[in-house]
Amino acid sequence: MTEALRQFNERRRHALGGMADRWRALPRWQRWLGVLAGLAFLYYLPFLGDIPGTNLIIPGLDWFRTDSIAGGSNWAGVLFVCALYVLVAIGLNVVIGLAGLLDLGYVGFYAVGAYSVALFGSTQSPVVQSMQRQFGLSEEWAVAWAVCIPIALAFSLVAGVLLGWPTLRLRGDYLAIVTLGFGEIIRIVAKNSGWAGQAQGVAGIPGPEGPPSADNTVFGLLKIEPWYWLALTVVLLMVLLVRRLEHSRVGRSWLAIREDEDAAAVMGVYPFKFKLWAFAIGAALGGLSGLLFASRSTFIQPETFNVQLSILFVAMVVVGGSGNMAGVALGAFLLAYLPERFRDFSEYRVLAFGLALVLIMLLRPQGLLPSRRRTRELQDRAKEAAVNVA
Amino acid sequence: MNFDALFGNLAQHTVDGLSKGAIYALVALGYTLVYGVLRLINFAHSEIFMVGTFAILGTWSLLGITDTPSIGMAIVYLLIGLLVGAAASGATALTVERVAYRRLRRMNAPPLIFLITAIGVSLVLVEIYALWMAGFFSGRGFSENRLVIGIPAMLKQETVISVAGANITNVQIIMVVSALVMLYGLDQFINRTRYGRGVRAVAQNPDTAALMGVHQDRVIMLVFVLGGLMAGAAALLWNMRYGITKFDIGFVIGLKAFTAAVLGGIGNLRGALLGGLLLGVIEVYAATLTRSTWEDVAAFVVLVVVLIFRPTGLLGESLGKARA
Repeated sequence: MTEALRQFNERRRHALGGMADRWRALPRWQRWLGVLAGLAFLYYLPFLGDIPGTNLIIPGLDWFRTDSIAGGSNWAGVLFVCALYVLVAIGLNVVIGLAGLLDLGYVGFYAVGAYSVALFGSTQSPVVQSMQRQFGLSEEWAVAWAVCIPIALAFSLVAGVLLGWPTLRLRGDYLAIVTLGFGEIIRIVAKNSGWAGQAQGVAGIPGPEGPPSADNTVFGLLKIEPWYWLALTVVLLMVLLVRRLEHSRVGRSWLAIREDEDAAAVMGVYPFKFKLWAFAIGAALGGLSGLLFASRSTFIQPETFNVQLSILFVAMVVVGGSGNMAGVALGAFLLAYLPERFRDFSEYRVLAFGLALVLIMLLRPQGLLPSRRRTRELQDRAKEAAVNVA
Repeated sequence: MNFDALFGNLAQHTVDGLSKGAIYALVALGYTLVYGVLRLINFAHSEIFMVGTFAILGTWSLLGITDTPSIGMAIVYLLIGLLVGAAASGATALTVERVAYRRLRRMNAPPLIFLITAIGVSLVLVEIYALWMAGFFSGRGFSENRLVIGIPAMLKQETVISVAGANITNVQIIMVVSALVMLYGLDQFINRTRYGRGVRAVAQNPDTAALMGVHQDRVIMLVFVLGGLMAGAAALLWNMRYGITKFDIGFVIGLKAFTAAVLGGIGNLRGALLGGLLLGVIEVYAATLTRSTWEDVAAFVVLVVVLIFRPTGLLGESLGKARA
């Protein structure tokens, strides 16, 4: 059984490795064409199966849409959530996959981002209302959405540093529980504080076109495609950014710290500084994602940001293949998409999710699309174990 | 801050906190044992506690018990509950180790992989109970039941002693005393017996222990079973004190118990007891000082502060080291 599995894995690795090598061997213009086609497909996804502008449909593709089943969710809405989770996964991948820090409270940063835009951008938030009273502003006044973006980024960045500063000196497992606690604290504080809207949350959160209203033509309440395109664009930009970072001095330092912190320190990489950087950058990406989430839903409440969501985020990264951006994006997409597509089995959804987690980790601990370095590391560890037992 | 409420009745709050902490302490022992030997956080341990509460409920309703039987029968039923709870939790812990962790241990997988597997196992257990077993144990056949389920009360909770203005109930005394007894027994088992020596040896250095003839797998199974037994005992105490259970009851208890284990020094049995009792008291104090909604925040803030100033917990990590 295991032998057959090993052979199968071997063959598949050859096939996949061959594909990657062939891709790299293509002329540059063909690769560009391939990338452009891929991007065009991503932007076309909300219409999957239809040909826009005509009444024609492409048979078969319809099956993949979540609204093809009875009671299914809006397809563009699901895609928007997928894009948000991909953004989260990319941010968390910096923390877990690259720097090797186990963060179980990532939802805290997501919440900070969401609450930043809610508390500063909504006319119904207690913070804005008290500012109106303080400075004698009109009741329609609130911080503009575009200004909320840097505010949200700054707040989540600061939250990352504030959490990281005292805790990053702790060992991995302790870090996990402290971050878990941090996520809970953010949620409980939001739930119990008058200035954060308490358990009812905050409504009237603005989007790119200002406060939610029926007059918004592009980023409205009913038409979700533009929201998906916005999120997708943000994701693509962040992919580029993190990719540049990954291949820079900073990225190499993260990998060195992940592999062996002491060795990295001896080589002149100051672990604390780079860990803090990873935390802060991861936090900012989580905050950005939370901001998009809050803007789209126009309404947030603290119970959304629970530990289970944090665990889902970590699961996306690990299942997809921590350390590899394509992998974590795939993991995030699958974990957001599959439960929606198979809503028919909604009763057994969580059970299936749990079973899938266990099976994937047992049979493919490196994740679905692992980074090459990570795979080799796991093989090394397995070999070490074999030597120890013998 | 309502200091009058706290200091006006400090003894009472302390007693309440200690009895609350007794459950945390017993569950924390499971985390600490597994962590001490394997250096891994067994996230599924909270569900092992949950299984215990349901197994006890199922047995009691099978025996057709209604509220508060006579004292003699209550003691018999409680002993039966202890046996069943410990057996169910121990068996579940063993199954989890066998199905989910053994293969990963062979691969020498990094801790993160264990963590995700444990989360998966935990979800599976919770859902199995939500979909089928909770209904079964509450006597409604294998059907979905996601509601709070009441458990017949064995003892009428009444004040038996009053000390310094604190009314101590019989159940509270049983809780704290049995937590102390269980810990003493476990401590003796780990420090005095042959098996315990094996556990300490593997905790210190698995490879050397194997060379000295300690069967590693057997020790690890033993550790999981011991943790399960303690969780089963905690489940009995929980049922006596609170009289309710629910499919997702384990999550919060598990989180608190793990916090307690880290607070006292994970891997350290006495630390788990200290951490558990301390956490219980801190929570009750914080709830009195502010509002009950803030007690979780207080627990985590204390944890963070302790970890910053004493990164190995109050008593240090030492299943193998200190008292070898």
